Amino acid sequence: MIKRAFFKSKFLPYLLILPQIVITLTFFYWPALQGIIQSTLLSDPFGRQSKFVWFYNYIALFTDPLYLKSIFTTLVFSLAVAAVSLFFGLFIATMANRALQATAVVRTMLIWPYAVAPAISGIMWLFLLHPSYGVVALGIKKWFGVNWNPVLNGTDAMVMIIMASAWKQISYNFVFFMAGLQAIPKSLIEAAAMDGASPFRRFVTITLPLLSPTFFFLSVMNIIYSFFETFGIIHTITQGGPGGATNILVYKVYQDGFVGLNLGSSAAQSVVLMSLIILITALQFKFVEKKVQYTG
Amino acid sequence: MKILKLFLLAIVAACLAFPVSAFAKPVTINWWHAMRSARGKVVDKMIQDFNESQSDYHVVGTFKGNYDETMNAGVAAFRAKKQPHILQVFEVGTQTMMLSGAVYPVHKLMKDAGYEIDWSNYLQAVLSYYMNSDGDLMSMPFNSSTPIMYYNVDQFKKAGIAPLSKTDPITWDELGEITKKLVDSGAAPYGMVTAWQSWTQIENYSAIHNLAFASKANGYEGLDCELQINNPKVIAHIERLKNWTQDKRFMYGGQKYQGPKSEFIAQNAAVYIDSISGIAKLQKAVNDFTWDAAPLPVESWMKKPQNSIIGGASLWVLQGHTKEEYKGVAAFLKFLANNEMQEYWHKQTGYFPITLNAYEDLKSKGYYEENPLQTVGINQLNRATPTKISRGLRLGYFVQIRNIINEELELVWNGNKTPKEALDSAVSRSNEQLRTFEKTYK
Repeated sequence: MIKRAFFKSKFLPYLLILPQIVITLTFFYWPALQGIIQSTLLSDPFGRQSKFVWFYNYIALFTDPLYLKSIFTTLVFSLAVAAVSLFFGLFIATMANRALQATAVVRTMLIWPYAVAPAISGIMWLFLLHPSYGVVALGIKKWFGVNWNPVLNGTDAMVMIIMASAWKQISYNFVFFMAGLQAIPKSLIEAAAMDGASPFRRFVTITLPLLSPTFFFLSVMNIIYSFFETFGIIHTITQGGPGGATNILVYKVYQDGFVGLNLGSSAAQSVVLMSLIILITALQFKFVEKKVQYTG
Repeated sequence: MKILKLFLLAIVAACLAFPVSAFAKPVTINWWHAMRSARGKVVDKMIQDFNESQSDYHVVGTFKGNYDETMNAGVAAFRAKKQPHILQVFEVGTQTMMLSGAVYPVHKLMKDAGYEIDWSNYLQAVLSYYMNSDGDLMSMPFNSSTPIMYYNVDQFKKAGIAPLSKTDPITWDELGEITKKLVDSGAAPYGMVTAWQSWTQIENYSAIHNLAFASKANGYEGLDCELQINNPKVIAHIERLKNWTQDKRFMYGGQKYQGPKSEFIAQNAAVYIDSISGIAKLQKAVNDFTWDAAPLPVESWMKKPQNSIIGGASLWVLQGHTKEEYKGVAAFLKFLANNEMQEYWHKQTGYFPITLNAYEDLKSKGYYEENPLQTVGINQLNRATPTKISRGLRLGYFVQIRNIINEELELVWNGNKTPKEALDSAVSRSNEQLRTFEKTYK
C-alpha cells in the first residue's frame, strides 16, 4: 500500500505555491503582457505620446522582405548551432566516457568553455578569425590561400558565429551526455558485446536510444540558447553584418528597440520571437518526444 | 547643571544667528555621460574644476555606458521621473530628443538664467547641427569631430608621391591616381580604407558637395522628408569606390573604425579616412612609419567645397527640475564653454573647441603651428558658411537609417548589388522608417 500525505486545510497547498506563482506572474507574464500591449502602439521613447495602431507594427514587419530573411537566417543559424554542438558534445562525451585514466580531470577541463560568457567567447573568436588582426585568419589566408573575409562575405561571417556559438555549447551538452552515458547499465552493453555487436552497432542500437531523453532535452535547450543567448556573440563579432547576413531575430530586436528606440516595432518582434519559440518547442514535444524512451 | 543650560542656550543662539541656509549643502546637478576611460577622466577633471570654482552648485558626473546605453538610461530615468539634469546624447539621437517634449532648450535655459550668450562666437558648423528650424540652439554641443584623411607618408614616398596639402583638398580623381600609383608600384597592398562609411562617404560627401541627403532641408523643415541619396552623384561616387575594389585601390575594412584602423596601422592601406579623434589613437599606436593628414577629397566640379559635418554628441537639459537647479545647470554649461575648459578638452581628447574665442586663443599661443594636424579638421569645418544642406541632418530613426545604409553598402562591396540598386533600396527602406517615425509624432 502506498502512503500518501494529505493536507487538512484546503488553502495550505495554494499558499505554498503562492510565491512561485507571484514570481512567475511578475517576472514572466506581466512583461510578456506589456510587450503585447506595446506592440500595438506607436510611441515615442519618452512615453509622452502613444497611439494605438492595431497591427501596424506587425504588418510593417511582415511586409518587410528583410524581416522574413532574418527569420530564415535565425532558423539556419540555430539548426546549425544545435547540430554542431550536439554532435561534438556527444562525440566528446563518448570518448571521455571510455578514457580510463584521469577521467575527472578531463571532464572538468572540458566543462570550462561553458563558464565563458558569450561576449567574451565572441571576442576570443574575433581575435582568432578577424581578417585584419585574427591570428588564425592571417594564417589560413597566407598558407592555404583561402580568401577568408567575414567582414565582407556573409557565409564566412555565418560560419564564424556558428563556430563561436557552438563551441560554448559543446561543453554544456557534454556534461549532460556524460551523465546520460553513465546512467546506462554496463550489463546491457556487455551483453550486446557478447552477442558479437560491434562498438558502432552497440552505440547505435543501445546507447543512442537510451540517451534519447537527454538528446531531446538538449535539443530544446540548444535551440533556445541559439535563439536568445547568442546575442553577445553576434554583438561582439558581426553586429548583424555584413549586409544583414547574420542579423538574427534577437539581434534585430535589440537594434530596433534598444539602439534605435522604435519600441513598437521591437515589441512586435519580441512577440513574434516568443510565438516562434513556443511553436518550435511545442513541435518538438509533439513529434520528437514520442520517439523518446524514458525507461531503459 | 547651570553651565550645561548655558551651553545649550549658546548653541540655540548660534543656530538662530546663522540661518540654516548658510550651512545648506550646495545644489546637486546630475550629469549622465558616455565618456569612458581617458575621456572620462578629462570630464571628471572639468567637473572638479567647476565644483571648486564656486560653492553654490555641486555637479556629479556619472558614466552610463556607451552612447546607446546612456540615451536609454536617460529615457528610462525620465519615464521613472528620476532623470538627471544633463544628458549627453549622440548626434543621431538629436531628432528624437528634440521632439521628445522632455527637454529644456539650451537657448531658453541660458536666457532664463540671465546669461547673454553671443552664439555667433561658436563654430557655426557645430551649432547648426543642434539648432531647430528657427535657428535656436536646442542642446549644448560637447564633443564634436569631423572626418579627415590620414595617409602613410613613407608609402607615399616609396611610390614617388608628394605629401598632400593640409588646407587645400585634392580631388577624387587625384586620389584615384595616387592610390593607383601606390598599388602599382607595390608601395602598399591596398590604396584606401574608410571608417564609418555612411558618415564619411555618404553623409559628409553629400554635405561637402552641397547635395541633399534628404528632402525638406535634410529633415530640418519637416518630418515628411525623404532620403535623396540615390542621386546620380552619390551613385557615381559609390560606383567609383566599387570599381576601385577591383584593382585594390579601395578595400572594405568594416562598418566602424577598428578594422579600417588596423589595416592602416598594419600598412595594408596607405590612405585612411576617419574622424579627427583618430589623431590621438594613431599617435599612440603607430611607431614604425610616419603619417600625416589632409582634408577629405573633393570632386573636380566642386570649385568651392562646403563644410564637412560633425559627429559626436551634445548635452541636453531635461525637464522636471527646480529653477534653482537650472541656474546651476546654466552656470555649468557656461563654465564648460570658457576658453580654459575648451582648450583643455581639445588638447586632451582631440575634439573641437566649440567657440571661436577658444580657437583664436589657441592660435595666438602658437598651438596650431606646433600641432599642424589639428588644423586640418577645423579648416575643413570652417571653410564655408553652412548651407541649408551642409549644416547637418535631422532624421527620425537615424540609427536605423545608418544601419540600412551600412547594410546596403556592404552588399555593393561584396558584389550582391549594383550601387544604384543598393542606394535605391537604402532610400526606400529608410523612407519606411521615416514614415513610421512621422506617424508616431503626428
